[in-house]
This record gives sequence, C-alpha cells and structure tokens, in this order.
Amino acid sequence: MSTPLERDLIRQSAATLASAIAEGEVTSREVTQAHLDRIAEVDDRVHAFLHVDADGALATADDVDARRAAGEPLGPLAGVPLALKDILAMKGVPTTCGSRILEGWRPPYDATVVERLRAAGIPILGKTNMDEFAMGSSTEHSAYGPTHNPWDLDRIPGGSGGGSAAAIASFEAPLAIGTDTGGSIRQPAAVTGTVGVKPTYGGVSRYGLVALASSLDQAGPCTRTVMDAALLHSVIGGHDPRDSTSIPDPMPDVVAAAARADVRGMRIGLVRELTGEGYQAGVEQRFREAVEILEHLGAEVVEVSCPHFEYALGAYYLILPSECSSNLARFDGMRYGLRVGDDGDRSVEEVMSLTREAGFGPEVKRRIMLGTYALSSGYYDAYYGQAQKVRTLIQRDFEAAFAQCDVLVSPTAPTTAFRIGEKVDDPLAMYLNDVATIPVNMAGNCAMSLPVGLAPEDSLPVGMQIMAPAMADDRLYLVGGALEGALRDRWGHLLIEEVPSL
Amino acid sequence: MSAITRAEVAHLARLARLDLAEDELDHYAEQLDVILTSVARVSEVAADDIPPTSHPVPLVNVTRPDRAAPSLTRDEALAAAPSVEDDRFRVPRILEEQE
Repeated sequence: MSTPLERDLIRQSAATLASAIAEGEVTSREVTQAHLDRIAEVDDRVHAFLHVDADGALATADDVDARRAAGEPLGPLAGVPLALKDILAMKGVPTTCGSRILEGWRPPYDATVVERLRAAGIPILGKTNMDEFAMGSSTEHSAYGPTHNPWDLDRIPGGSGGGSAAAIASFEAPLAIGTDTGGSIRQPAAVTGTVGVKPTYGGVSRYGLVALASSLDQAGPCTRTVMDAALLHSVIGGHDPRDSTSIPDPMPDVVAAAARADVRGMRIGLVRELTGEGYQAGVEQRFREAVEILEHLGAEVVEVSCPHFEYALGAYYLILPSECSSNLARFDGMRYGLRVGDDGDRSVEEVMSLTREAGFGPEVKRRIMLGTYALSSGYYDAYYGQAQKVRTLIQRDFEAAFAQCDVLVSPTAPTTAFRIGEKVDDPLAMYLNDVATIPVNMAGNCAMSLPVGLAPEDSLPVGMQIMAPAMADDRLYLVGGALEGALRDRWGHLLIEEVPSL
Repeated sequence: MSAITRAEVAHLARLARLDLAEDELDHYAEQLDVILTSVARVSEVAADDIPPTSHPVPLVNVTRPDRAAPSLTRDEALAAAPSVEDDRFRVPRILEEQE
C-alpha cells in the first residue's frame, strides 16, 4: 500500500512536481521512488514498460537533489521522472523497438532526445512498450505482449506508443516521450484521456530514433496537461546538427503559449472530410461540444474542405511501407541484434533470411513486403509515384485551409478504445484508426490531441485533434490550453482524474 | 482479379530476405491483396501534372565543417555483434559454394 503522500506525488502535474522540487518541498529521489513504487504496484496489469531502469533514474534524481542543494540553477523540469518509448536509443539500456530482432540490444550511444532529457535533469524511469518498430495502432503488435488501457484493462491503449500513453494514464510517470509517424502519439493520447503532441517535422531531432519512415517520423511529448507537454516539448525541441532534416530556425515559444491559453479572435476550421461516416456517435458528440466551447471562448469557427484527405490513408500505406522496407533492411543480423541459423555452412543470404523471418512479427513482414512491392519496377509509377503526388495535394489542401484559418480541428480517432484482439488480424480495420491523424504527417505540420470527455455509449475517453501549420506549434498550445482550462472549469477536474483506480 | 499472387509474394519475400513458411505465403497473399486493392484508390486522383513530394520540408544539402570528433571505439562497435573474430565482425560466407 502506498502512503497518502506517495499517492499524492504520482497524481501531480510535472509542472507542480518541478516547482515542489525546486522549492525543496520534496526531493527528486522521493518523486522518482514514488513512481517506481507505482510501476511495481500496477505494471503487471498495465504492462506499459518493457524495461525499468530504477538505478539509472535514482542516480539522476540524486544528482538533481545534490545540484539543488549546492544552489546550482536547474531546468524547468529538473528532477521530474519520465517514461521513454523503446524506439529511442539510450546508452547501455535495452532498446528493442518492441521487436525480437533487437532483444537484449544495448545501444552504445544516446539519441539527441535522450541527451537533452539527461541535460535537463530528467530521470528516465524506463522504456515503454510499443507496436513492433512503431507499426500499429494498438500496441498488440509488440513482440513482448500488449499494453492494457488503464480505463479498461481489456481494451487497447492505442498505438504504436500505447506504453507511453498508458504509463501517463496510470500515474506510473508524469511525462513520457512518444513518436508519431501516422498518429502514434495522438491516437494513444485520445484513447487514454491524455495529451499528446506531434511537433512540426524537423522540430525535434531524429538522431537516435530508430527509423520507421524517415520522412514522417517525429518524437514528441505525452503528458496529462497541456502545460506539461509544452515544458517537455521545449526541452526536447530545437536544432540538432546531427539530423540533416532538423529545422535551424528558433522554435516557437510553446510554454508562453500554453500559459496564455487564449483563442479570442482565432479562426478555427472544422475539417468536413474528418467527420461523419465511420466516426462513432459519442466521439462526434464530444467533439462538437468542444467546438462549441471554443466558440464560446471567443474563437470563430468555420467549416473547411480538404478534398484530398480521403486519399491520405491509401497514399500513406504506400509511402510508409516503401520507406520502412528500406529502413528495416539494416536489420540483417550482422553487426548487432539477432542472428539465426549461422551454422558455418549457410550463406549470408540464408542467415539473413532466417534471422529476419524469426525476428520480425507479422505486421512488420506485411509492411516490408508491401513496400518492396510498391517500389518494384513496373509498379513504382502507379503506386509510390502516384502516392507522392497525392502527398503534394494533401499539402496544398492544408495550405488552402490555413489561408482561411489559424488552426484546424477534428476528432483524433474515429472510435474510442476497442477490445484487445478485436482488429489484430484485420490490417485494414487497424489502419483506419489513423485516418484523421495521417494527413498531418504527410504534410509535415504539427498537431495535438486533447481529451474532451467520455463517449456516452461506452464511458471511454475521446480526443480532439488540433492542427497548426509547420513551425506554428505555439498555436496548438494556445487552443489546447484554453480548451483544457474551460473543460476543467466545467468538470471541476481534469478528465484523467476520472480514470478507474487500478 | 487479385492484385497479387502467391508466387509474387514468394518473390517479394526473397527480395526482402524473409524466409517465409508455406502457410505464411498463403496468409500474406490474401492480406496483401486486400491492402493493395484498397490503397490502389490513389490512382483515382487525377494528378498527371502534379509534382511528387518525397519529403515534408524542402531538402537542401546540409554540410558541416570536416572536423574530427570522438566516435565509437572498436570494442563499443563490436560489443553487440552476434559473432566476433580477430576484432572484426564475423559474417557467414558471402559466396556460393560452387563459385
């Protein structure tokens, strides 16, 4: 049993914990230990973590406490622990990407995101579960078993970053890092009643992020509040010379925007193509209510059309497999990771094929073959080439919409959390979960998912997606902060406080 | 007509270095066919005069000064290797036996 103080510590926002640590009201060790205790207490049921690094997290916590005692200036999240998606390289700590092919691999270097977390004095509690190589929308495609949604343990926590979202929603960590290639931060946030942000492409370094689709991948914050997301976003964001796609311009002040939390005078566009058929009634209802609140707060709401969004899913499932089939060619069993069938007689090709057959799960194999097909001569123009043109048209739809509006909104996901096992062997049904989140990845702009209530029919969380132009990430926080504040006033608490105790 | 045959799946698996089992070939032939039929909808879009986009932000060459910096040591690079011999990665034979 945890004491009242420990229960209290795990339910605070990261911002509150950071200021309590800075003021000396509590130590980082106490905060970090409280979360490690919570993980020990509930993670056998949630399974958000693939690896817990208690010693490493406590060492960072002690270092922060010592520096604070010595009067050193500390960063705004110093001492507040975090859960890291298992797709980011962390020196000396197992990094599996949810795959057997990397079981036991301990990277010899830190990702830039990890370097920045360490520099900010953020203890890293461990590595979170995910669909293998981030391919999936339910975390059921992890080779190490599914993660369970804290709102209903029989349901999925979304994917691919279900582990990071479930860790946040079950109070195992106040902060987490996710990655989003087609919705893997936002859709898990929506189905777990938490906040998730996909920053502008190039806003956060991809160095040390194991690549799924290099032109789509982006790391970002997973939190319970908009301000916490802004604080974490500003820790991990900014230019990195080791990522040639990293944007050199200064990033917008997301923390100031989250504090301002004001939508007065903003024009908000409702994307016609991202509602209606296929969207659950309760999802639409909570979404519409949230839009009404934004209007009430002083925003002007208009309907906009993005006619090519209906082709985004198809184009995405050609572009992503194409990029992933070449990115995952690096897993060949030669320099690191699994090697199978090396009997001294078999050739390198045979060993490679046996290794990849044994090391990859079904969704990874499907997408590798799909990509190999789409890139084959004879099919290239009809599939990959055409998908790239559709990508241009999606970008133009966004340009036209952002010429009329400051931000766009839609439901984040068409449904609430479904049951574990329901769609695991129906790839098309699984892919449809990301229908509203994919366009943003295709265009490279930024988006947030924010909890806007529970669907009346199943009492499960619903998320609203807020989309802004590239390098206008601050607008997400202006709108998200304002809406979060209004909902908190209405309910008297944050939605996440309604999550059942485990 | 199906978009992809079992023989084509076997060919793709060879190209992708996946030693698929017989039952997997059947399973994936069926599933890839369903997926390809669905994604082929992109061809409905009239886009002959539309330039392709390979990347969300326009890419230019990014260079840096050519300065030496610390990198992995030999032992660090070899630490995770499945097989090591004489301080090198040991790999299976790369030529066919007849060659």
